[in-house]
Formats: sequence, C-alpha cells, structure tokens
Amino acid sequence: MQKSKSLEVVANEIREDLVEMLLAAKSGHSAGPLGMADVFTALYFSVLNHNPKKPDWEDRDRVVLSNGHICPVLYATLAHAGYFPKSELKTLRKLGSRLQGHPHREVLPGVETSSGPLGSGLSQAVGMALGLRMDHKDPWIYCLMSDGEQDAGQTWEAVMLAGKLKLHNLTAVMDRNNIQIDGFTEAVMPLEPLREKYEAFNWQVIEVDGHDISEIIEACDKAKAIYSKPVMIIAHTIPGKGVSFMERKPEWHGKPPKKSEADKALKELRTLGGKIKSEHE
Amino acid sequence: MNKINNTLIKDLEKATLKNIRDGFGEGLVLAGEKNKKVVALCADLTDSTRMSFFRDEFKERFVEIGVAEQNLASVASGLAAVGKIPFIASYAMFSPGRNWEQIRTTIAYNNQNVKIAGAHAGISVGPDGATHQALEDIAIMRAIPNMVVLSPCDYNEAKKMTLAVARHKGPVYFRFPREATPVFTTVRTPFKIGRAEVFREGSGVTIVASGSLVYEALLAAEVTDAEVINCHTIKPLDKETILKSVKKTGRVVTVEEHQVNGGLGSAVAELLVENNPVPMRRVGVRDSFGETGEPEELLEKFGLKAKNIIEAIEELNIN
Repeated sequence: MQKSKSLEVVANEIREDLVEMLLAAKSGHSAGPLGMADVFTALYFSVLNHNPKKPDWEDRDRVVLSNGHICPVLYATLAHAGYFPKSELKTLRKLGSRLQGHPHREVLPGVETSSGPLGSGLSQAVGMALGLRMDHKDPWIYCLMSDGEQDAGQTWEAVMLAGKLKLHNLTAVMDRNNIQIDGFTEAVMPLEPLREKYEAFNWQVIEVDGHDISEIIEACDKAKAIYSKPVMIIAHTIPGKGVSFMERKPEWHGKPPKKSEADKALKELRTLGGKIKSEHE
Repeated sequence: MNKINNTLIKDLEKATLKNIRDGFGEGLVLAGEKNKKVVALCADLTDSTRMSFFRDEFKERFVEIGVAEQNLASVASGLAAVGKIPFIASYAMFSPGRNWEQIRTTIAYNNQNVKIAGAHAGISVGPDGATHQALEDIAIMRAIPNMVVLSPCDYNEAKKMTLAVARHKGPVYFRFPREATPVFTTVRTPFKIGRAEVFREGSGVTIVASGSLVYEALLAAEVTDAEVINCHTIKPLDKETILKSVKKTGRVVTVEEHQVNGGLGSAVAELLVENNPVPMRRVGVRDSFGETGEPEELLEKFGLKAKNIIEAIEELNIN
C-alpha cells in the first residue's frame, strides 16, 4: 500500500510532464496519455523486469504499445524510469527529435516497436511471446491496446492465434476509456460484450479500475499465475484523467491544450499532487 | 563463338522443366538446417507455396497462421524482434497484396529481419484468373525503404536465392511463379543479391530481364544477338552492370512478368533517365488485369514470349 501511494505521486508527475510536452508540441493526443498514466506507472515502476540502463538486455520483459498515438505517456514514463533524460521530453514532435509523433523503435531506447497504424501491436506481441517460448525463455510480453482498435480485423486475427497457441507469457492491457476519434466507442462501433468476446477466443479476462495502481499490479501478478492461456486485462479508465475539463470528452482525444488550458491543467494536477503527498505523509 | 555465359546449360532447347517454388521449398529446408533461428509461417497455403517441405522437417519451427495475412506479417515482425529469422509465405496477391501496410510499418520501418515469399506471382498462374495473378507486387514492394526485392529466374536460382535471403540481414521480398519453367542455370552459375549477371554477351541492344522470362530473353537473343542481363535483384538495382552494358549497346528492352508500370521496366527507366537516356522498350503487362486461361495461352496473349521481345527490339531498330 505504501508503495502504491508513492507510485501515485510518480503517475501525477508523469501527467504534469504530459501537459507540458503537449503544450510545447502544439499537436498530439491528450486524453489517452493522461488516462493511461497509472497503467504505465504500474508497469514500469513495479511490474516489469527491465533495466533502463540496458534497454537491449535480452531477458527483459517487453512492452508493445499497439496504440502508438498515446506515445507521450510512453515517452514520459521511459524518461522518468531513466531510459533517457527528461529534458528531451519537450522535443516531442519536433524536427530531429527521437520522440517522433508516433513511436519509432530504431531511434529511442525502450521503444520495442514502431506503431501508429492501429491493430498491429498484438500480432507483434504474439510473435515475441511465441519466439521466446520456442527458446524456453522467461521474459513476459505486455501489449497495451486501445478500445478503439478492437474495431480492427487484424486485432482479432491476433487474438485468435494467441488463443490457439495458448500463449501464457502474453498479457494484454486494454485501455477501456470508451472514446475514439469519431466519438464514443459504442456509437462508432459497439464493442460490448468485450469480456465474453475474449473468453470465447480462449483468453482469460480480468477487469480492473485503470486508476487503481495496486489493482493493476495485482492483476498483472494474477496473469502470471495463469499457465494455459493469454490474459486480457480490461483497464477501465477515464480519458483525460486528472484534468477535469478533459475527462470523458472525445474532443480531447486528438488535440493538445492551449497555453491557458495547460496552465489550468497544471494547477489542477499540482493541487492533486499536493493532496496525494499529504495523504502519503 | 559461344556468347552464352559458360555456367548456363549448353543447349537452351534442351532445358528441362522444374518448379521454381520447389527451389524455394528445398532452399528453405537447407537454410533451416544451417541456422536454428530460421522459422516459417504460412497463411493456409503451405503445400502450394512449398513451405510444407520445411514444416515436415522442422515441425516445432513452423507456425500455421490461417487465412490472416496481416497477422502473418506482424507476427513475423515480433518473432524477428526476439532474434528469429522468420520466412512468411502466401500467394503474392495476398502477401504483400493484402498486408502492405503491415509490411511497411511493422517489418520495414522497424527494420526487422523478415523474409517475405510471394508465391504464384505473375500471369502464368493461369486458370485461377486475375484475382490470383499478382502483377503489381514488385511495384508496391520496391517503393518501401529498407526492402530488398528479388525474382529468381529458375529452380536452381530460387534455391540459391533462398539460402542467400536467410543470410542477408534485413527485410527481403522475393516472388516466384506457380508453373514449372525451364531450368537453364546450373549449380555453378554465380548468385549474389544485388549483382546482376550477364547471361549472354551481345551487341546492339541490352535485354534486362527478371524471373522465368529470362529464358525467353535468351531465346530472343539467339535471333537478335542481344546482350542479356539476368536482373534477379530489382532493388537495389545493379546500376554498374546495367550502365556498362547500355554504354556498349545504346538500346534497352526490359522483360518481366509484371505490370510495365512500377516494376523492373520502371526501375531501369529511372536509372537510365538519370544517367544515360537511350531508346527503350518495356515488355510486360500493359496496365491491364489478367484473365483465366492456360499459362502458355496467357503468356502469348499478353505478349510475354520471345517473339514479343524480338518485336520490341525491331521497333527500337526502326526508330
């Protein structure tokens, strides 16, 4: 519990960085990255077996970010974890930056795969999990996905194959925030019942509050104890979490804050950070 | 007197027929024996792509993906990311036809060591008709950075090529037809990715050909005394060999079982227009879809035989 409290502080700092990065970039996605800050914090500061000083370490656990558009939260988390200097965060989307608008494996340490076009990440995660299992190696593969990309046919091709291969070393985490660019997911293309869909494809499903860091960690632990199936953790999240005027608003899916909005957002986050810290003390 | 490359068979007329895809299948088994990292994935076409040879030898290193070509490409990317050397096979019409973006982003942009085999390429697929006759695959693959694009001329070359592809580091696309075609290279014929081979020395015109139509080019050259280059590597193009020959002959005909737009003909035209523009003709499919028919009937109808190459050369000589 103590540990989780301090991770909440990390998640809040990541959110502050996100607002500043997006303001400086003048383009990019706001809601998704803010909503996933807790999941990223749980993974990189508790769940993963990794070494930021040795990003190519063969036995590391791997995170495949399938919905590449939320990469600001990947970048901020990687920087906080020590993969590269935090000072680089404000180069997001600028010419010559290693922080490309969508992640590129070849340029930034800690990025396992280039992504952006939706629906391809799970396939790559399946390939990694399968390759490691062929070699009887231990690393775990985590695939982070959006709910919007459940629309994509390729997602289900990969879901089917992972079920067939019984990939026990694969855990997917779906950001169930109910929004995508054109509106609410259930209006664009109804996805429910998601749990039953995955179960029908021979996956184990765990649902969590995507803002409860200890619950996320616990679900990842539980997934490791399931030997016969891949696991889907459906993380129920609030898009824009932590910034009141962005929360649950599809219009914040794909745009950055203006200066006045960023100031307001940072004020809210700093107040929240103060509260977390005082509770912690 | 003999202008034909001395590593080829002596008498072209006596060439026996053999499946190029068998060369791929046998080459893949050899590659698998040499390197344990080689794995193979197929999308429900394991027998007809001849990936079955590998599956039968190395069951635990073969993955049946089902009819899911997009998944096929990206799963291979993931396998390469953890150190495997994945070969993926389907019909060229479906891979890279259906999964181009997955190949571009998850294989080429990631620069993963994946080998893409496009079977049943070209019009000679025959009775299956236009939906199965890949005539645009070279064009779409040639446009992707990091991608090497290959087309073997016969069974022997396909076998050597498959071994070379396994050794090459980085993404590769190679395509081959369905039908049995003349075997005119031998085990002694040199093969190196990126190096075109002069198969016949000649004068007056250079024929740059790829795939099984290299044989037709050699037949045409017997009549016209053309120089024939086997251009199995369409990307990266062997500029030196082609420019050297063209400097000598001053005229060019390209030959391929593909659309004339975007394939070998385009690649050679691009090279010449920037370096040494000379009169040129392209033999290939001229911006149309194929149709049902016997392979030979189709090659005749779409103008891909030796006589069509001779016609193209005569046209150049008149103009």
